[in-house]
Amino acid sequence: MATIARNRLPDQEREKLRATWETAPGVYGWFATVDHKQIGIRYLVTSIVFLLIGGVEALVMRVQLAQPGMKLLAPEQYDQLFSLHGVTMIFLYALPVLSGFSNYLWPLMLGSRDMAFPRVNALSYWLYLLSGVFLYVGVPLGQAPNGGWFNYVPYTSREYDPGINIDIYALGLIFLGISTAVGSANFVVTLLRTRAPGMSINRMPILVWGTVTASAANLLAVPSVSLACLMLWLDRSFGAHFFEVSGHGQPLLWQHLFWAFGHPWVYALVLPAMGIVSDALPVFCRRPLVGYTAVALATVTTMVIGFGVWVHHMFATGLPAMAISFFSAASIIIAIPSAIAVFSWLATIWTGQPVFRTPFLFFAGFVILFVIGGVSGFMTASAALDWQLTDTYFVVAHLHYVLLGINLFPVVGGIYYWFPKMTGRMMGERLGRWSFWTMFIGFNIAFFPMHVVGLEGMPRRVYTYPADLGLGGWNLLISVGAFLFAAGILLFLVNLVLSLSRGAPAGPNPWDAPTLEWATSSPPPPHNFDIIPIVASRHPLWEDRLEEVEERSQLDRGYLLDVGRETIGTTPMDAEPNVILRMPGDSLLPLGLALCVTLLFLGLLAHAWVIAGLGLAGALGVLVAWLAPAPPVEAQKARIYA
Amino acid sequence: MRRDAGGMRWIYIGVSVSTVALIASAIWTLLTLRAVAQPGGGVTPLAISVTGHQWWWEATYPGAEPDGTFRTASEIHIPTNVPVRLELRADDVIHSFWVPKLAGKTDVIPGRVNSMWIEARTPGVYRGQCMEYCGVEHALMAFRVVAEPPAQFAAWRRRQLAGASTGASIAPGYRVFARRCSACHAIRGTESGGIYGPDLTNLSGRATLASGTLPNTPANLARWIAHPQAVKPGARMPDIDLPPGEMQPLVAYLETR
Ligand code: HEC
Ligand code: HEM
Ligand SMILES: [Cu+2]
Repeated sequence: MATIARNRLPDQEREKLRATWETAPGVYGWFATVDHKQIGIRYLVTSIVFLLIGGVEALVMRVQLAQPGMKLLAPEQYDQLFSLHGVTMIFLYALPVLSGFSNYLWPLMLGSRDMAFPRVNALSYWLYLLSGVFLYVGVPLGQAPNGGWFNYVPYTSREYDPGINIDIYALGLIFLGISTAVGSANFVVTLLRTRAPGMSINRMPILVWGTVTASAANLLAVPSVSLACLMLWLDRSFGAHFFEVSGHGQPLLWQHLFWAFGHPWVYALVLPAMGIVSDALPVFCRRPLVGYTAVALATVTTMVIGFGVWVHHMFATGLPAMAISFFSAASIIIAIPSAIAVFSWLATIWTGQPVFRTPFLFFAGFVILFVIGGVSGFMTASAALDWQLTDTYFVVAHLHYVLLGINLFPVVGGIYYWFPKMTGRMMGERLGRWSFWTMFIGFNIAFFPMHVVGLEGMPRRVYTYPADLGLGGWNLLISVGAFLFAAGILLFLVNLVLSLSRGAPAGPNPWDAPTLEWATSSPPPPHNFDIIPIVASRHPLWEDRLEEVEERSQLDRGYLLDVGRETIGTTPMDAEPNVILRMPGDSLLPLGLALCVTLLFLGLLAHAWVIAGLGLAGALGVLVAWLAPAPPVEAQKARIYA
Repeated sequence: MRRDAGGMRWIYIGVSVSTVALIASAIWTLLTLRAVAQPGGGVTPLAISVTGHQWWWEATYPGAEPDGTFRTASEIHIPTNVPVRLELRADDVIHSFWVPKLAGKTDVIPGRVNSMWIEARTPGVYRGQCMEYCGVEHALMAFRVVAEPPAQFAAWRRRQLAGASTGASIAPGYRVFARRCSACHAIRGTESGGIYGPDLTNLSGRATLASGTLPNTPANLARWIAHPQAVKPGARMPDIDLPPGEMQPLVAYLETR
């Protein structure tokens, strides 16, 4: 059996650590916490709420489209719905949900006490929440964004779209971009500095690889869309003519700026989710992942190539043949690293001894959907085919296979898998299976026929279609599938809520998994680990069983760090300890800063410059308080607990 | 527990096979791109200018003589077995021109002239549609390409030009038209020369109204004129309150067009 860490720390030492790291009780603590576990769970809950909102929007659209000529929605309402749906799912669900996992799991997987910048972590959450609300302020006014999630100019210029719909979109994305940027910077630094001693980069879980790759990419990609949105807002507010033809602007500039961001971004939405599978699937195959190094490098390679394929969203814009050919070839080649990952998962399942628990079902289902979405993606990558496929329902099918298949299925599987760690209770297995099969079957009924109607020529983003195209039957089937899929999600949520109070107690390591997060109790104490472990292999909890592993990690001996909030800082590559990091405690500054930024953006939206000025001044004030040097503390010596 | 080895073979074989397939299809793509870049002989005897408007399509046929140019809406006639070049322009926002059975899509972008070519081998009607989201009525922005043998096409072309001289400007329906509609619509050979909406010179020759929204029958024509906003909410043609006596002559007049 596994060497489940039994930390032999005396109780009063443990209590001291707990007291040091615990979030203050009550309302203050609720707003001031910087505990990565609480922030991670908030990210997860908030993003799932957005998933439900976006899902309801989708279901309403599917009722409207169930038959030709339906009159449930006016055209303008449909346009706002599909735009909100896209924006919500892409920006407010798909990336934040992964940030939730990573926030919760990173310090636990890396053997640390928190993220590198706990207050920045809280800031990124509050900014995310408030920018999400901001993107929805138009809904009660009937003025939600209506330019689709990629919001092409000049349709979204003031001339053709005079309301505040698009201002909300442009400012909202800049706003959310701040959250993404600070969150990403935090992940990158956390990776570089706060891994447990001995956790060299070739011993990190793949989820960590995926998230850090995505974060680095976000730091490079988000400025592009923020800039584009700023230019659009200036065009709309002050007639700046960046994109307006009448002022010698270029509509295509928007598309380049948007997709130079957008394509890396969609990889950021899937790489961490692929990491979830690469880490958790092997646990249910009772063997390590096949080809760890290849998969880790494939993750990074995908992202690097991912920066060179954005033009495949623009094959029909009439760009020169040379450019089309280059980007088409690059878009086909980018499938090679994905093939590495797929064959690694298949090999892991085939050469392992699969245990058919609910998480396994989700991960195996994911592999199937990944392959289907990959094939349709590869078809659209071929420019010659894409000229037929682009902007039809074929693309809607493709993007849902990849976004739901590669993001949502791993996310739900990941929740089944880590729920015991987060709550100390198991999720129901029977309901789990039901939820999987309902989701999987519903998903395929809903989205597979979209390939067909796409090939029949049905355009995306239409509120209705003529009866004589003969697509009514397929569309009805699609809508039925969508509701079945939604029922599956509902079963999952019912299971989640029931399990919170009725789930069987989990214990520290219910799945007998190999990584560090399972070495501490479930749920983990505020300080994560009584003793910061010293890692000697990729599978610290399986070392006794893996034949080729000689090294032994130390889980019950190591740095104690019990004087104030401290964690250990290590070197970037080999994770050798070289500094003790002082960590901040509860603070209202992140919330204050986020509120000031909200005021700033509301002011900009309303062109109420005084309010915007107040928000900006407030934000600068909070930043000064934030950056004010803390009183010096005496240097502490690390206590080694042996 | 099983050792780490043993699965790598899957990766080697699987990835090699997929790489070969991917590279082969990349080459196929490049060859196809080259093949469709130009029509067979490299020449396109006929060039038509196509303009996307919110939410209808306009085709302009150039002519040698000053008076030889004419415009039609939502219906593009082409001769069969002749490569036809299309010059695509946008009047307002981005649209995308697509006739699935004839060619791939080409976006229609303000400030740019994109061009493509199509060729129909068999006579017939080919449905087309705007494929880039362009506002509320993006869904109802279809058009038809009518491919006819060259002789028939030439006859059609002559009929379009003839419209110029047969304008019965004295018809009672025309007077209604001139007063209420000519700001936006043109009829060749009359004083009405509005260019905001579709040219209505040969309206009765078209199979549909308002970009494929309604079949072109007298009843539908009256319905459209009375309440375009009920048929195609948001369309750029306003509901016009015609006094009872005006509709009938107006429709009758347009039916002869
Ligand atoms: C303000 C400008 C405007 C006025 C005035 C106007 N129309 Fe229109 N009309 C349009 C536009 C724009 C369209 C294209 C609508 C679409 O398909 O989205 C159109 C379309 C039509 C069509 C369909 C043409 C086709 O080929 O599909 C007919 C017929 C028509 N109008 C008749 C009339 C008549 C008759 C009047 C006068 C009673 C009139 N219009 C007044 C702008 C106008
Ligand atoms: C119940 C589940 C879902 C259903 C039934 C559904 C349905 C739809 C439909 C019908 C459209 C097409 C709208 C149109 O083109 O007219 C659409 C668009 C889209 N969906 Fe979903 N969807 C679901 C879940 C998701 C999820 C989970 C994501 C992302 C993670 C997502 C991302 C998108 C995006 C990005 C678009 C494109 C929006 C645009 O064109 O601007 N969807 N969805
Ligand atoms: Cu259009």
